[in-house]
Amino acid sequence: MAAPTEAWSSRFGVILAVAGSAVGLGNFLRFPGLAAQYGGGAFMVAYFISLLIIGIPICWTEWTLGRFGGRAGYHSTSGIFHVLLNQKRWGKYLGVIGFVVPVVIYMYYVYVEAWCLGYAVNALTGKMSAEGTNFGAFFGSFTGANADGVALKFGISDVGIFVIIVYAVNFFFIYRGISKGIEVVCKIGMPLLIGIAVIILIRVMTLGTPDPMKPDQNVLTGLGYMWNPGDVLTGLKNPQLWLAASGQIFFSLSVGFGVIITYASYLRSRDDVVLSGLTATSANEFCEVALGGLITVPAAFMFLGAAGIVGQGTFGLGFNVLPEVFARMPAGHLFASIFFILLFLAAITSSLSMLQPGIAFLEEALEIDRKRSVALLGVITALGTLLVWYFSKDLKALDTMDFWVGTVMLFVQATFLVIIFGWGMGIDRGWQIAHEGAEMRIPDIFRVIIKWVTPAFLLTVFGMFILQNVFGWNFSISDPEFNPTTYVRDLIGPEPNFVSRVTIVFILVISLFSLLLVNIAGKNWNRRHAQSTAEASTAADTQVEI
Amino acid sequence: MTTGGWINMILSVGFVTGLFVYCITRVLRGPHRNRELARIEPIDEEQAKDH
Repeated sequence: MAAPTEAWSSRFGVILAVAGSAVGLGNFLRFPGLAAQYGGGAFMVAYFISLLIIGIPICWTEWTLGRFGGRAGYHSTSGIFHVLLNQKRWGKYLGVIGFVVPVVIYMYYVYVEAWCLGYAVNALTGKMSAEGTNFGAFFGSFTGANADGVALKFGISDVGIFVIIVYAVNFFFIYRGISKGIEVVCKIGMPLLIGIAVIILIRVMTLGTPDPMKPDQNVLTGLGYMWNPGDVLTGLKNPQLWLAASGQIFFSLSVGFGVIITYASYLRSRDDVVLSGLTATSANEFCEVALGGLITVPAAFMFLGAAGIVGQGTFGLGFNVLPEVFARMPAGHLFASIFFILLFLAAITSSLSMLQPGIAFLEEALEIDRKRSVALLGVITALGTLLVWYFSKDLKALDTMDFWVGTVMLFVQATFLVIIFGWGMGIDRGWQIAHEGAEMRIPDIFRVIIKWVTPAFLLTVFGMFILQNVFGWNFSISDPEFNPTTYVRDLIGPEPNFVSRVTIVFILVISLFSLLLVNIAGKNWNRRHAQSTAEASTAADTQVEI
Repeated sequence: MTTGGWINMILSVGFVTGLFVYCITRVLRGPHRNRELARIEPIDEEQAKDH
């Protein structure tokens, strides 16, 4: 018997699920850091242009393709590409990234999710507000960034127990299915997340001048550090700023993950995708710009000044700088705890969304039920998480996976999606399908944008990204220099990194395994197609005889 | 915080908040707001029994 059809139980459920998938750590940690780094004005101009050219169009594309595939009974990217490309033999293989990307990202994302929960618990117990706490040392010890193998411990100040808890929670809800698992978590988690963010925002905005000895570090200067525009025209001539802004839009909205396409496939055939897609996008943007943009960097500036923020990456800002900020704040342990609960909620609504494409693909490809697909996916993802967990020194395995899968493959997948929508399906047909059941019309200008501008912009950004982050181009045309980055040198340089190489081998094994599954899936789908064609033919013959 | 900073912050935060409120309002006032999207899938135990 075929697995029963799953579906969303309400419209808000699917909107909150897609928004929950998009809202993650990057909204509260990465975005504000980038905006402050590149000067608020120029960055926001590039950011909003990228939203219009990449974010919203790809979002509509994914929603439309997903619902289209769902009508034909497919929920995985491979299955949807299979039916979209008229069952061409190679079509389904293009969609393999839609399985590999979310599954591999889940492997390390769940590890970071465990940090959030662990930090929330440790903050609540007061362990992180003890006088003289070295937050850098705590981070190194907790995450295992100091040495390989040291994170495999299970005390309250170790990450181990939290990895187990987070894994169990994720797989419990994913086992419960679309409506009773993912939808329930997002319906509770997303409003709670926004509520917590508003509480923290009010706290930050009412801090005044936290240290009277440093009157130049107050709410207004904190906001100024984040939002003062700087030299906008000069900033806009900087290609790295465009790369950062468009990359942030791209990663923040979870486009290209294979998540939206799978989620949309559980819609009914005439459910709106245009307004729903825009609503989910706007919810993510609200969390990122209006909440994330007003909390993290201004708070850090007020207590630590610019020197405490400059050069901090996403993890540095979230797990080193902010705990120190909260420790200096009245009732800081409480606010630290709810802030990390906020990050945990943002993370779990995203991690759940990364599992569903994998579940859908395994169910479709191997024709197995949810119980078996959950078990199989649990084993596959556990192997990857163990790799990240054990090889934790300098977070090398995590970083390697994040770069090659969470960034490079993601760009490739998003490019496939846009080209298939605009060129494979055809913009006229795609436009018509997108508007079936739609509660608002997409402005016609987006026909041109989706067909021409988005692919061109995406390919340009991807090309620049590869030139900078793989080949190490200095962005100078008159005096170009290429110094391959550590991601390349770790693999093929004179002093290769063992962990990076092991991680790449692991990714290749997962990719080959996925290709094998796609091959099996193709045979099953062709057999099913032949069966249904034969049944239709028999039914037609019977009718003629009658 | 400079005047440019205020303008930048108000425009950015205002735009995303306005868009969010507009979309949510459209969804709430839309023709299908109270409609169930689809049936809820069978509970897992039943699914397990089926197999």
